[in-house]
Amino acid sequence: MAEFTLRLRRYLPESGEAAYWQDYTVELEPHRSVLEGILQVRAEQDGTVGIRCSCRAAICGSCGVRINDRAALACHTHLSAAAAGAKDGVIKVEPMGNMPVIKDLITDFEAVHWKKVRRVTPWLLPDGPPPEREYIVAHEAMVDVTQPMACIQCGACVSDCLSMEVDPEFIGPAALAKAYRFVGDPRDGQHFERLQDLAEDPHGIYDCTHCFNCIEACPKGVAPMSQIMRLRRLATADFQIDDRNNGKRHEQAFTELIEKYGTLFEAELLPRSYGGKFHPRALPELLRSLPAILKAVMRGKVTAMKALHHPKLPDQKRVREIFETVEGREQRYDLNLYISGYDDDADDDVPADAKAGDAKAEASA
Amino acid sequence: MSIKVAYWPGCVSRGFTPELHGSMAAIAPLLDIELVELDRAACSGAGVIQEHNQELADSLNARTFALAQQVDSATCMMNICSTCQGAQSESQERLDANSDYRDHVNETISREHGLRYRKGLDNKNFLWLLVEEIGLDELRSRVKRPLAGLKVGPFYGCYIVRPADRLGIDEERPRDRYLHQVIEALGGSVIDYAGVYKCCGFPIITMNREVSLQQAGRHLGDAIDADADCLVVPCPLCHLNLDLQQPLAERVIGRDLGMPVLHLPQLVGLALGLEPKELGMSRHVVRPTSVIDWSTAVVGASAP
Ligand code: SF4
Ligand code: SF4
Ligand code: FES
Repeated sequence: MAEFTLRLRRYLPESGEAAYWQDYTVELEPHRSVLEGILQVRAEQDGTVGIRCSCRAAICGSCGVRINDRAALACHTHLSAAAAGAKDGVIKVEPMGNMPVIKDLITDFEAVHWKKVRRVTPWLLPDGPPPEREYIVAHEAMVDVTQPMACIQCGACVSDCLSMEVDPEFIGPAALAKAYRFVGDPRDGQHFERLQDLAEDPHGIYDCTHCFNCIEACPKGVAPMSQIMRLRRLATADFQIDDRNNGKRHEQAFTELIEKYGTLFEAELLPRSYGGKFHPRALPELLRSLPAILKAVMRGKVTAMKALHHPKLPDQKRVREIFETVEGREQRYDLNLYISGYDDDADDDVPADAKAGDAKAEASA
Repeated sequence: MSIKVAYWPGCVSRGFTPELHGSMAAIAPLLDIELVELDRAACSGAGVIQEHNQELADSLNARTFALAQQVDSATCMMNICSTCQGAQSESQERLDANSDYRDHVNETISREHGLRYRKGLDNKNFLWLLVEEIGLDELRSRVKRPLAGLKVGPFYGCYIVRPADRLGIDEERPRDRYLHQVIEALGGSVIDYAGVYKCCGFPIITMNREVSLQQAGRHLGDAIDADADCLVVPCPLCHLNLDLQQPLAERVIGRDLGMPVLHLPQLVGLALGLEPKELGMSRHVVRPTSVIDWSTAVVGASAP
């Protein structure tokens, strides 16, 4: 047995009083969960503490909270680990972010999470009449969507999403991961429509700032950000959806510049991301950026030379060959470690802790 | 003892933030770092090529890794851009995890004089190199002008702290505390504020400007409220959104900011005795007035 201090965020909207912190001490085995700690507080010290839970085994997704500033399942976090990660040894537990609070640690899923999940039409929309018996689907095709299917709708990713923090209308990680679950499903007949909808929405797939917080927060390895990147890849490379958010143009401009020069020609990237210097959309966008650009020129950050000329790499030909080989493949090769797993072999090559220079002999042999 | 590294400066440090590349070159000799620049290597993809075609990004990075492994007796590969670190670590994770995939990618890059990436490259951001290879004690002993009285807000950004396991962050190597540790070793005081681990917003600047600049503006405002004199960033893309775009962020959030943002090598350089100008600070859009005032005050105080 060990002693743990839990600092719980208390709040009752109807009381008209502001939220406040309250400390409780519990005695429990260190491998017990934060949820068990809170339930003990409720059973033995203070029956008014509010938390939602059901399975207590990381299955139902109802006990999401923020522990020491990060979203997590209370039932899936050991007291010992939480105490070790706490600044002053006190385990801080508060309701998840980006959602209104109903009471204490209970957030309003309906107001945010479920609304967003419904936004992506989370059911199958097959083409034509259903087959007489079951749908026959290739094994690999379904394996591909098992990652988003692992989602237990706990909202941890939504809680910590940094785009949603400034843009509450962002569809967000959980719902977009769900969207991939259908876009990646061969039985669905609306892949293009779904992608177009999510690409054109200013709060859709191009509103994700690529911050990795959802990957870090998810207790089930869903990696919502990776699913969003797959949605983007399908929207741009496969369906060529020329969205109004410049998502495709930006990606294309960036990739083409690297193919041509090897490193990034930034002065060209901005106008090209808006469709090229002469695109009707480019002018207003560029004018809006003008004050920043002028300042940069004034401070000698950007010179006229740099704006007009960008050197190619010495062996840019080699880089272009890589582009040709990889982009010339009939099928894209996306290795997903969630599905393939990791080799456990120590490996042929060099020991894992080898330094950069060690491989020289063989590499040039 | 000097440390030799296969040096990947990235695109932006040689483009829109030339003061980053310049300040790294200025401090390297003071820290006995020998920079062997990988001048044939291509862009890391910055997450954008990955989004377009994962194998393409992995192949370009495998080529960079292979070039780095050809640098004789280098301690490791080093970068000065968190975004490159994150993008390259992601490629490396896949290449190292799966030997079939590695062979497949190696086949593509081997057309160039049999170039081949071998599992297990050590690729470190300058921040990691400072703490793990040079060491905080050694760094402390080289400080000529401690940053006493300078209140510095660390801004880690995303790519260098998440996901923690891919980036090798654990109890033994608390890489998500290194900026804090370096600021302290240089004699400055750390300002903790809400934005320490948040996103600068740069990745969506062309796609959703408002949201992007709102993010930048909010973190800068939080740092001001916490009474920071300046921020320090290990990533030139963060610098673009927090410094170059700061005047625009001010408009979006409707608040005057004027918060100086330093690149990590600039902050280190200051403490090693270099002048703000030698470190390219006059190139910033937001004049680092508080930092310059601080450095003149220190010089004034130490004058006989
Ligand atoms: S990566 Fe995108 S979806 Fe995930 S938390 Fe960040 S902004 Fe939100
Ligand atoms: S994606 Fe992960 S974090 Fe987000 S709701 Fe699903 S299980 Fe929870
Ligand atoms: S109680 Fe069900 S997931 Fe925690």
